[in-house]
Amino acid sequence: MTLRFDIPEENFADILAKAFTNRSFLAGFVITALVAVIAIVSFFWTPFDVTRLIIADKTQAPSPAHWFGTDHFGRDILSMIMVGARNSIAVALVAVGIGMGIGVPLGAFAAARGGIVDEAVMRLNDLVFAFPALLSAIMITAIFGPGALNAIIAIGIFNIPVFARVARAGALAIWPREFILAARAAGKGKTLITLEHVLPNIVTLLLVQGTIQFALGILAEAGLSYVGLGTQPPMPSWGRMLFDAQTRMVAAPWMAIFPGMAIVVTVLGLNLLGDGIADILDPKSRRQR
Amino acid sequence: MTAYLLKRLAIALITLVLASMVVFAVLEIIPGDPARLMLGMNASADQVDLLRNQMGLNAPLASRYLHWAGGLLSLDFGRSYTYSVPVIDLVRERVVVSLPLALIALALSTIIAIPVGLFSAGRHGRAGDTIAMGAAQLGVAVPNFWFALMLIYLFAVWLRLVPAGGFPGWSAGVWPALKSLFLPAIALALPQAAILARVTRSALIEVLNEDYIRTARAKGLPYRAVLWRHALRNAMIPVLTILGLQFAFLLAGTIIIENVFYLPGLGRLVFQAITQRDLIVVESVVMLLVAAVIAVNLLVDLSYAVVDPRLRSRQ
Amino acid sequence: MKLWKTILTAAGLILAAGTSAFAARTDLVIGIPLEPPHLDPTAGAAAAIDEVLYANVFEGLTRIGPNGEVLPDLADSWTISDDGKAYTFKLHTGVKFHDGTDFNADDVKFSLDRARADNSVNAQKGLFAAIDTVEVVDPTTVKIALKNPQSSFLYNMGWGDAVIVAPETADTNKEKPVGTGPFKFQSWAKGSSITLIKSDTYWGAPVALDKAEFRIVTDAAAAVPALLSGDVQAFPFFDPDSVAQIQGDPRFKVVIGATEGETILSMNNKKSPFDKLQVRQAISFALDRKAIIDGASAGLGVPIGSHMSPATKAYVDLTGLYPHNVDKARELLKEAGLESGFKATLKLPPPSYARLGGEIIASQLRDIGIDLEIVPVEWAQWLDQVFTKKDYDLTIVSHTEPNDIDIYSRKDYYFNYDNPTFDKIIADLNLTSDEAKRMTLLGEAQKILADDAVVGFLYELPKAGVWDAKLEGFWENAPIQANDLTKVKWTE
Repeated sequence: MTLRFDIPEENFADILAKAFTNRSFLAGFVITALVAVIAIVSFFWTPFDVTRLIIADKTQAPSPAHWFGTDHFGRDILSMIMVGARNSIAVALVAVGIGMGIGVPLGAFAAARGGIVDEAVMRLNDLVFAFPALLSAIMITAIFGPGALNAIIAIGIFNIPVFARVARAGALAIWPREFILAARAAGKGKTLITLEHVLPNIVTLLLVQGTIQFALGILAEAGLSYVGLGTQPPMPSWGRMLFDAQTRMVAAPWMAIFPGMAIVVTVLGLNLLGDGIADILDPKSRRQR
Repeated sequence: MTAYLLKRLAIALITLVLASMVVFAVLEIIPGDPARLMLGMNASADQVDLLRNQMGLNAPLASRYLHWAGGLLSLDFGRSYTYSVPVIDLVRERVVVSLPLALIALALSTIIAIPVGLFSAGRHGRAGDTIAMGAAQLGVAVPNFWFALMLIYLFAVWLRLVPAGGFPGWSAGVWPALKSLFLPAIALALPQAAILARVTRSALIEVLNEDYIRTARAKGLPYRAVLWRHALRNAMIPVLTILGLQFAFLLAGTIIIENVFYLPGLGRLVFQAITQRDLIVVESVVMLLVAAVIAVNLLVDLSYAVVDPRLRSRQ
Repeated sequence: MKLWKTILTAAGLILAAGTSAFAARTDLVIGIPLEPPHLDPTAGAAAAIDEVLYANVFEGLTRIGPNGEVLPDLADSWTISDDGKAYTFKLHTGVKFHDGTDFNADDVKFSLDRARADNSVNAQKGLFAAIDTVEVVDPTTVKIALKNPQSSFLYNMGWGDAVIVAPETADTNKEKPVGTGPFKFQSWAKGSSITLIKSDTYWGAPVALDKAEFRIVTDAAAAVPALLSGDVQAFPFFDPDSVAQIQGDPRFKVVIGATEGETILSMNNKKSPFDKLQVRQAISFALDRKAIIDGASAGLGVPIGSHMSPATKAYVDLTGLYPHNVDKARELLKEAGLESGFKATLKLPPPSYARLGGEIIASQLRDIGIDLEIVPVEWAQWLDQVFTKKDYDLTIVSHTEPNDIDIYSRKDYYFNYDNPTFDKIIADLNLTSDEAKRMTLLGEAQKILADDAVVGFLYELPKAGVWDAKLEGFWENAPIQANDLTKVKWTE
């Protein structure tokens, strides 16, 4: 699927107006903002302290005191989901950052240089793509030990080729444009042109890909933690909560249901947001409406 | 065309060689001694060293790499440290689980996704489309292992319709074997189907905006007829591409689902081998999976070239 | 809810159509948590090997009974010389290996000589260290001469590592085990299951089961649904943490027994600050054993105060020495000059008792200012880093080998504990065969370990066995890691 973007010709107000009528964007924005707010609130307040284990209160069903019940150490699940949001966001965000920070310059560089450089970068991409991502992430965490930091690195590595490809494809579409030709005629170097003209024009493209990878990162962190290789206690994490829940499905199903729903809602929100942004800024979809 | 084909093939081979070096190097630095693990806490250092010698672990690095890589070329994948049988035997036992599982999941995903994509594209922008695509968004967002847990408790524990996990082997009969692959296949297929439905829909909509479709419609053909007769065929290319990629993913990416259902598939073989430090198994199976992914990518690339000659000339 | 169930059941009928009714109940599927790496008990430490083969496929001169007692097995009877250095075993007649060859004294000599040879990779070579010579007197008599009297010799000969194998098949046992037991090996679907079938030529009392399949269920999460859905009918070693899922379900029997597993918080006695007695004592006072047992083993373990199973005769209750007392712990830390606390790492192997117990202990030690970083490790890493290289501060592990208090006297053992007084007691113990004297010595040994707070003594690991209520004959306790199926049968 190739996304084609042009620089939006309309002004900011037009875009904003469009955003408010785009259902996908609105729903995604509200959900994502809500998750972000919950994560921020958890720094200052949670219904219960998640660092204190009260074994006597273990696996209590949902009640007015504990809306989502308690886990196997007597911790409040709602509070853990709130604190866990922080962790999921942090892991996925940094992994996207790694992917963008390395992948975008690589892709832009490959597009600017072309020829052998382009070929080398793309072959390197192929090499990373050739490894089954999850299996390799498991191998990486097995070598460096399980933990949030290593999970970030493992997920981040597999984000690099994704962003490199998107950046390259986007940049290749920009290079033949007139304003670039004008800049070249004015004697600007390739690096400068990339920074001043190419990157600003592929930002939306990267933003859309960023939301998708962000959502995938949350799923990947959950998957790694679910097999016990991601975030480690005492730091709460949604995937880790599911890991703890899997052996208690019969006696305490709430331990699995609520963290799972937190993941579903967050990923859904991010995907809707990404779709919405693509819709609003994609001239092609404008044409269809 | 031949030159392009040869070039793609050469690139694929180079990628394979580089990948084998990466795999080997990575496993060299993995901590833990397979010999110590086999002998346990009561064995002496001398005994461990004796076993290391017997396993060929004390040979120099380069000679071990060449020995292993040379073996791969002649399809000799080495012998498992822990099982002490040829790795290829282990792979053969596991492929008969992983391959059918991937195929069933792929078939399920296609059966669900194509009609949904068609339905949505036919009602583009209307309520039906919104609902179907909303459901697809939800499908993409559900972690498959969590979905698998829910399926197990519903269909296996509560209703007792299918086994909760395990694989009886094809020798137990085709039906029991298929039954045990049913839930894992559903768990794997759901997110894949959601993605595929979205791709099908957008590919169809894109095709519907092409000039020849507009012409067909201008001639007075009804919308649905155009959709079925012209658009679907032309939209198949991106759909098939995604299917190819999903197949490669399913072959290797089932590791968590295999763990949830304790299926003896390829992914779990690697997972177990990592924890048991059965390095030769990890190396060889990962290389096989990498080769599979590269092969699928190559096919996808080639099919692009067949469809779109412009790509060929630009390369 | 009811209606939904009906609808879904109807919808699923097509799936259920292939299910056959329960066959005659002489077959059994037993869940085991780990897959054996191979099937030769004499060439590997993995408990999973014995869990499948011990007493079922392979037999030794003696065997360990359900409560840890030594029973005759291939040896019908034996006599011990007055100086305790010569054992003469009289063997059963008419015993055949599964490949049809006869069992006789030559096989015994072969097996024992093979196990103690220089190039042997037997994981428990120490069991045979006392043997001087093995002599075949006649086809049914074997005489074993010891270098020095060894009170545990008959017990040692009952271990899985000391089973008798045939010379013709010894090298292929890893793949195709051939023993003398009531079950013979049928097939091994790697990663999935190992199947044994009844041996027609068995010399002893016939067994009730025709077929026993050991299904490998590595994931604790998969064990519960496997049991509830009837796929697997018995988990003799069930994760205690999951017992709550099954308890109260009348279809299943939950049997809690004892193991020989002293679960301890090991401390690196040579590494600062754990080289200070006050620090180790402070940690011992900070541990709340009840919370640990409740949280990590579903409240099922028995607390211990030293390294001895409460089920044994030699046990001395020392749990009162370090009651849960946070103030006392803080005071001791202050005496050690560490009133502001310190940081350390806690390396945790995979079992749930360690991973869950570790989280609880980290939270308990936080109360006295010790900030623990939890580092989960796989067994391979644990053996390498903790056990071999002694690169650790604290770790949790269950020492499941029976009568293993002597590990504290071993030079270079991973505790890094060195106490000549203790070593002397163990040395004396090895030369003492008088029962009363042995008990006194063992009591003193336990006392020293507790006084020195060598490690944090937590609890005796429970054995949670779960099986179909219609099954009987499984072991309640686990004196050794084994699934003896010789008495197991369906009651209806």
